[in-house]
Amino acid sequence: MKDTNMTENAVTTDTPKITARGVQVYYGDTHAIKDVDVEIAANTVTAFIGPSGCGKSTFLRCINRMNDTIPIARVEGDIRIDGEDIYDKRVDPVQLRAKVGMVFQKPNPFPKSIYDNVAYGPRIHGLSKNKADLDEIVENALRRAALWDEAKDRLQQPGTGLSGGQQQRLCIARAVATAPEILLMDEPCSALDPIATAQVEELIDELRQNYSVVIVTHSMQQAARVSQKTAFFHLGHLVEYGETGKIFTSPEDPRTESYISGRIG
Amino acid sequence: MTDVTAAGPTGAGKGSLLNQDDRTGKRNRAEGRFKMYGLIAVCIGIGMLVLLLISILSNGLSSFQQTTLRIQVDLPEDKLDKSGVRDPSVMSKVTTFGYAPLLRDGLVATLAANGIETELSDKDVAELISDESVAQLRNRVLANPDVIGTTIEVNALASGRIDGYYKDRVTMASAERDSNISPEQLQLADRLKEAGLLGTSFNWLFFTAPDASDTRPEAAGLGVAILGSLYMMLIVLVLALPIGVAASIYLEEFAPQNRWTDLIEVNISNLAAVPSIVFGILGLAIFINFAGLPQSAPIVGGLVLTLMTLPTIIIATRAALKAVPPSIRDAALGLGASKMQSVFHHVLPLAMPGILTGTIIGLAQALGETAPLLLIGMVAFVREYPDSPLDGGFFDPATALPVQIFNWTQRSDPAFVERASGAIIVLLLFLLVMNLTAIFLRRKFERRW
Repeated sequence: MKDTNMTENAVTTDTPKITARGVQVYYGDTHAIKDVDVEIAANTVTAFIGPSGCGKSTFLRCINRMNDTIPIARVEGDIRIDGEDIYDKRVDPVQLRAKVGMVFQKPNPFPKSIYDNVAYGPRIHGLSKNKADLDEIVENALRRAALWDEAKDRLQQPGTGLSGGQQQRLCIARAVATAPEILLMDEPCSALDPIATAQVEELIDELRQNYSVVIVTHSMQQAARVSQKTAFFHLGHLVEYGETGKIFTSPEDPRTESYISGRIG
Repeated sequence: MTDVTAAGPTGAGKGSLLNQDDRTGKRNRAEGRFKMYGLIAVCIGIGMLVLLLISILSNGLSSFQQTTLRIQVDLPEDKLDKSGVRDPSVMSKVTTFGYAPLLRDGLVATLAANGIETELSDKDVAELISDESVAQLRNRVLANPDVIGTTIEVNALASGRIDGYYKDRVTMASAERDSNISPEQLQLADRLKEAGLLGTSFNWLFFTAPDASDTRPEAAGLGVAILGSLYMMLIVLVLALPIGVAASIYLEEFAPQNRWTDLIEVNISNLAAVPSIVFGILGLAIFINFAGLPQSAPIVGGLVLTLMTLPTIIIATRAALKAVPPSIRDAALGLGASKMQSVFHHVLPLAMPGILTGTIIGLAQALGETAPLLLIGMVAFVREYPDSPLDGGFFDPATALPVQIFNWTQRSDPAFVERASGAIIVLLLFLLVMNLTAIFLRRKFERRW
């Protein structure tokens, strides 16, 4: 494992956006994440793949401290964003989450209007000075999420009335509206049909221009399509991490190869 | 071929689909029986409800009608206001004993003027009128002294027996055995009715008048009880809703999960099951004996009912908060909302219908509660209306609807059975209105996600 990280370090030339060192996560007595080291670069899409229960979602939720909301979860180790330890006592997770947006597995729009869904983040963080400002933020976010054309005439209608794919893009727009630096996506397409999936994937590729995107996915094809870097998790270990092309064509670890070729998982 | 047919019935679903096999028939019959049991249970339940409603309505509906006599009464100045200054404080020296003969003479004169002859003595004739009417006449004169010296028309309450005669409670046969009324008096009432001097009309006094003594069922009303219940509901709403909702939000959303919160949780559930009379004893010990609050006061009743309603509201609110999908909380937290923002902006609005329903059900429970109120003295005979809440009315003696019902059912005069049933109808109507409000609010605030 150390070796993979060594080769990984050689690939990354920029300073990493997120650095994790020796991360352990426990749920009660269960050791869910075991000693994970990873460096995630800015303006790339990093995919976490692995079989169910391997800890990839758990690790994702460490990055914006969503695990704090689970009383029995305990995180050890060191995770830094731009060199700052996010588990430092002085860090307010609320502030952190404004910087690290998240899109969940199941579309979860608020039962409010489309406009209010997108405007919620900017409102609570005071990102707009006036109504016109806010309108612009909402429009930009919806455009980013490729939802503007479909939603512009129905901004005041409930977000829950949209189709599943539109709802997920609304959630992406909502996350983008708070202008985060990192966007975490936890299986964003698992509840969507292939067409909606294609739209969201296209969107993820565009989002790479401005954000570091970390995406957890069950679909290896999806990881291959959207990501530049791929990390393979297995039983709580980070087995292999590297260029997506390399992971899928010539994995170093036999477990990675088994998973990719469909023998485990 | 014989082999195949022989093997057929041994496997499930191997036989012809057109013939029902034994097992399927048995299962279908079992299902049919179960449906029938359910239907019977529902029918028994509905039957009981219908019986209850019929008995209450048949006994109580007549209390909304009241028999009155139309009498011309002379109000001579020399009897009522000798000084002639029309000063109510001076005039109040004339008690109801001074007014009773006026009403009696008025009735006798009215009979004569309408050509109704009777062999009854003037005293017996006067028994047609309720004693309460004398007090009402006095109050009317004191309120408006200018009527002295004139002849006014009075709508006097008929006595309880006469009222009962027109509600089929009193008959000629029962009057024979009754020391309070005679058949001749009933016949006189019939003649008064023919002359249009006696009639029944809607009984507004039932809703506004205070309670009356055992001998005057015709004058007994729910005024003080309705006011008392209203005051208590106000106190319960103002205290129990904020305390209950705040406690639930804290326990459900913020409190750490540990032994203490578990203990609190169990105790709240247990409190909901504590017999209400225990809360009455608590109220007596703490609010009256220790804190020194007045007896029979809505403030004490309201506090006791608040204690009783709190567990209901907390349990309902926590259930409503639990029912909000966690994904909504995650969505808010993921956007960088603080815990409190996620609760107040998203979770609470979604839980609102459930909270309101729970609150109104708790209030309805409190409205119908009798036992704890008996212990804190609200069972007293109260004829004075409590002041408005701004003038300290919460501390004035009052009674409550269910207690008034309890009170009336204990009195001997059968006319009070009618009053009690009428009060039950009023109470049920209040409960119905509250439940409809709950349903309306739930529909209005309900949002889908």
